[in-house]
Amino acid sequence: MANNAPEIDRETYWRTLMRRTLILLTVWFITGYVMSIFLAEPLNNIDFGGIPFGFWMAQQGSIFVFVSLVLIYAIATGQLDRQAGVEEDDDSTAAPGAAH
Amino acid sequence: MGILGWTTFWVVVTFSLYIGIAIWSRVTSTKGFYVAGQGVPTLANGMAVGADWMSAASFISMAGLVSFMGFDGSVYLMGWTGGYVLLAILLAPFLRKFGEYTVPDFVGKRYYSNYARVIAAIAAIFVSFTYVAGQMRGVGVVFSRFLGELVEPLATGIGVEVITIGVVIGMAIVATYAVLGGMKGITYTQVAQYCVLIVAYTIPAVAIGFSLTGSPIPHVAIGEVLPQLDGLQQELGLDMYSGPFANLSMLNVFAITFVLMAGTAGLPHVIVRFYTVKTVKSARWSALWAIVFIAILYTVAPAVAMFSRYEILQSFSELGAMGMLESPRTSWIQTWAATGLIETSQWSEGMSANALLDTIDRDIIVLATPEIANLSPWVVGLVAAGGLAAALSTASGLMLVISSSLAHDVYGEIINPEASEQQRLRVGRFIIFVAIIGAGLLGIYPLGFVAEVVAFAFGLAAASFFPILVLGIFWKRCNKEGAIAGIVTGLSFTFIMIIMMRAHVALAEFGVTEPVFETFLGINAQGIGLVGMILNFVVTYFVTINTEEPPQEVQDLVEQIRYPRTLTAEELGEAAQSDS
Repeated sequence: MANNAPEIDRETYWRTLMRRTLILLTVWFITGYVMSIFLAEPLNNIDFGGIPFGFWMAQQGSIFVFVSLVLIYAIATGQLDRQAGVEEDDDSTAAPGAAH
Repeated sequence: MGILGWTTFWVVVTFSLYIGIAIWSRVTSTKGFYVAGQGVPTLANGMAVGADWMSAASFISMAGLVSFMGFDGSVYLMGWTGGYVLLAILLAPFLRKFGEYTVPDFVGKRYYSNYARVIAAIAAIFVSFTYVAGQMRGVGVVFSRFLGELVEPLATGIGVEVITIGVVIGMAIVATYAVLGGMKGITYTQVAQYCVLIVAYTIPAVAIGFSLTGSPIPHVAIGEVLPQLDGLQQELGLDMYSGPFANLSMLNVFAITFVLMAGTAGLPHVIVRFYTVKTVKSARWSALWAIVFIAILYTVAPAVAMFSRYEILQSFSELGAMGMLESPRTSWIQTWAATGLIETSQWSEGMSANALLDTIDRDIIVLATPEIANLSPWVVGLVAAGGLAAALSTASGLMLVISSSLAHDVYGEIINPEASEQQRLRVGRFIIFVAIIGAGLLGIYPLGFVAEVVAFAFGLAAASFFPILVLGIFWKRCNKEGAIAGIVTGLSFTFIMIIMMRAHVALAEFGVTEPVFETFLGINAQGIGLVGMILNFVVTYFVTINTEEPPQEVQDLVEQIRYPRTLTAEELGEAAQSDS
């Protein structure tokens, strides 16, 4: 690395990563708990392709959201790595013991 | 060929494949043995995580539980997938950067203490043994139903039960590839096992969905089946299938879902899989592949649950209990009654649908689904092979954790740090062999429902590992005093609570028939890990802020694992300055 100067410093990298992590966890909580459990009863009054919506969220929808969250994280964090110049140089991050 | 012939065929084919992979992937180093040389491709690791993760409980028991619990069964569906979100964004990439062999390795180094390492090793062994008990039991259930006729003469010949033979064969297979190939053998066998189990799981769901609704996609077919099922439920005087909180209170649904998620993220056999990939980036992407591969099964499971319940209730409403016993359409009842997993002796004319469902063991639903829907025998046999793949793949991952905790963390790091590579490898192989025998004994002398036993492992993992791993990464100040106090409090609280609430199940024959208490603050034994986890967080926090901060090298280590690239000493120095 170090060929070109990173766009953001490492402190900004970590702060940005923490903010995004919190946002993802908030979505995780809203879909997995608020919509699928706490509000399941009222949401069940909504018909979603033949299935009560609360039930569909709890047994299908939340799982699709979980997969998307992990996908978004992998893409967004990869970009952030490059911006801050902290992506791995080659194919091996750390052999056992190398990180400390 | 009948069911027995096809099952034998699939079992022989898949088992030969596993053994073939074992021979191909023999290892000669501890790095190969514990973390597959850290060279597992991202996609393959995703599949291996999937197989490692999806156990006998996921494959054999879960859809059955959902089928009987309706909406409330969502705890398993969400709990066992949502945990991967926590794992993927809070733990996996950072632990990969740390780059050691085991979870106790991280705990020992991050909390600069061999006590912490030993406590973590004990917790890892404890959690893994709880979990493995269910796997070997699953192997036994499959054997007794599908290969019972085949091994019966042998079993009577040596005077043991059929289930024992099944468990012994399962142990022999796992022993071959785990002892020879360690993590490498286990990983590549798991890739094969994932393919077997996912094909075996989805084929019946697709076939049944298609025959009921004309749609080959189970996720779409449920839109048509659910309204009919709910209608049938009402007709038979049952609660709506899609109605929440019929079996569990909202608080328990919340607590159990949370425990299963945090427990998933804290299970050592899952975490350690992320040590096997090459880079931090591939740890993130293999977490994605893992949840994708897992979600395939977990979104099909509700369909399997619905279809089988619909078929059973439909036959019941048309034929009545007595008619079901005689009709050739429901011949599956007779074959399963023979294994004792449906108690047809309690059936009577005019019995209620609820009473009928109560006589059917939850664990048989997935295995019986192809027969319930009258699919051809080769599908039935394939599902049996899939169930074995699920149980064996998880068992082998757990065996490796038990072995590495003892051989690497206790023997290699504490008892004999001077041990040579050869000695370590020999000890690792020996311990994995002993652990397999221990697991087999738990399968022959089972502790209870497959899924129930497994569910407790999650409570223990959520209350012990999850908090201190997360704090270890995101809170630099967290110190060893806090972590040790937290893990001990969380683990012992949860363990004692589970004993208080559930010991009567295992001790019934000793005259203990009543639990000391049913619930704690309204939370049952499966969800109690949530309280243990909160206690762990709170205790770790307060003990930490009242004791000394961790040494500079540990704070540097935490700084180091937060970034994918290896930081230079200079960069770490800057970070240390800006902290103070």
